[in-house]
Amino acid sequence: MDILQLLVSGIANGCIYGLLALGFVLIYKASEAVNFAQGDMMMLGAFLGVTFINTSYADLPFLVGITLAALILGLFGYLLDRFVLRAIFGQPQFAMVILTIALGFLIRFVAGVIWGHDPTSLETPFIGLVWTVGELMIPVVDAVIIITTVALTAILYFFFARTRLGVAMQASSQNQMAAYYMGIPVKRINAIVWALSGVVAAIAGVMFAAKGAVEPSVGLLFGIKAFAAAVIGGLGSLPGALLGGLLVGIVEPFAGRYLPSGVGQIAPYVLMLLVLILRPGGLFAQISQKKV
Amino acid sequence: MSAVQKDAMNDAQPLLQVKNLEAFYGPVMALRGVSIDVFEGKVVAILGANGAGKTTLMKTISGALAPRKGSITLAGEAIEGREPDALVRQGIAHVPEGREVFPFLTVEENLTMGAYIRRDKAGIRQDMEMVYDYFPILLERRNQPAGTLSGGQQQMLAIGRGLMSRPSLMLLDEPSLGLSPLLVQEIFAIVRRLNKEQGVTLLLVEQNAQVALNTADHGYVLETGRIVMDGSAEELLASDDIREFYLGQSAGDDRPEKRWKRKKTWR
Repeated sequence: MDILQLLVSGIANGCIYGLLALGFVLIYKASEAVNFAQGDMMMLGAFLGVTFINTSYADLPFLVGITLAALILGLFGYLLDRFVLRAIFGQPQFAMVILTIALGFLIRFVAGVIWGHDPTSLETPFIGLVWTVGELMIPVVDAVIIITTVALTAILYFFFARTRLGVAMQASSQNQMAAYYMGIPVKRINAIVWALSGVVAAIAGVMFAAKGAVEPSVGLLFGIKAFAAAVIGGLGSLPGALLGGLLVGIVEPFAGRYLPSGVGQIAPYVLMLLVLILRPGGLFAQISQKKV
Repeated sequence: MSAVQKDAMNDAQPLLQVKNLEAFYGPVMALRGVSIDVFEGKVVAILGANGAGKTTLMKTISGALAPRKGSITLAGEAIEGREPDALVRQGIAHVPEGREVFPFLTVEENLTMGAYIRRDKAGIRQDMEMVYDYFPILLERRNQPAGTLSGGQQQMLAIGRGLMSRPSLMLLDEPSLGLSPLLVQEIFAIVRRLNKEQGVTLLLVEQNAQVALNTADHGYVLETGRIVMDGSAEELLASDDIREFYLGQSAGDDRPEKRWKRKKTWR
């Protein structure tokens, strides 16, 4: 029973890691660079959720609040690409790495100024509710996180596989020049990918704040673990990112429970190292298939 | 009809007119004042060795490179310096060198992306059938990722994808690259049919002068960024210079003791 209990909480955590890793992969596929501000964007999304939903702030219904947070962070991502990242279009990837690291600092600082540094929790309609199945206790918030992640994944899958815009995004990430020749507006597509990753980050952030507490520096560590999850899945694969997130989420509580103290914290990175040694391309590597 | 009128008709405006085009890669001048005319319904070939500027010319026409000087007009409209996505809408399809298919998309998705600028679902469906008619192997492989196709099949897919935008002018960059002679013949036969049956005007870049001139109506010879010769395909095939330097036939072996290399007459 203990194991099942840990599993449920690990899966719920893993879903949030997975969503964040999804954001990493989206950006990586679009611009072949890692967005190191992804975790901070999630933190921003969490605070937006708190601002819209908590009674001490705007006190809006839960669904309205999460939608608003997603829209705002989506717009943030779009504008970020349109006005900041496009300025370094064509520069070495290193420029984007540095830029996003700096952006992370900036977001953390601004969030600290606006919302302060005390941990804040999201007031959800299901706060403290628990479903009991036999001896197993499932916090409703965990169930909500898992269901939301599954739904979002299904929507994204449908979007990328079936819609014209989604296939065009795949095309432009696979061969940007050819996409350009087809008349696909590659730059606008990149901006839309950034918007999408903002939306995903906001949803992950709201989930995060619903389960725990948010404060400005939370995105840094959480973002790095989600990045490890993305690498485990094979940076560049959407299903891989989700699986990587789940693995990280599950390994963490189990290592914390059954192994000496402190191991739980390094477990995600140990897992990443193991995957990199055994399968250097990640679990869902696409690299080996790439032909020149 | 008087001779003057007839001349006026022959002087009809070309579909594509390139005038004194100059393009640079940084400080390197890749095109040094290139002028070509492509008339509607024709196949025009540009011949030249590696580094002559053939691909640069294609990229400049399709908008991937901005020219520094000169003009490009498509059906009378100045198009130089426009973005490729705008030019696809104007009717230019660029089939790039080295095929450049989307490796993880299926054959059918690749074709759909070729029609990205179009919204008429029925027309797209119809054109896809047309492409499958010309390249039956693509129909067989339609649900397979394009990266798993052979080189020849990928080239067919690239041409088919180009057709999907319903172009008035197709730029075909080195379609014979890396293909077996038999496959080259097959692809060029289809290219010729596309020109005759679908009325697609073709501007073709090739190193394989023989097959290019057999397909084309007119040819230009590009060397180090300049057009050094132009004429109808028959004229070029008959020219001593072309025969010796592009087709590898020595011009009339009347002097077997000849030890030196003939100089090109345009130098």
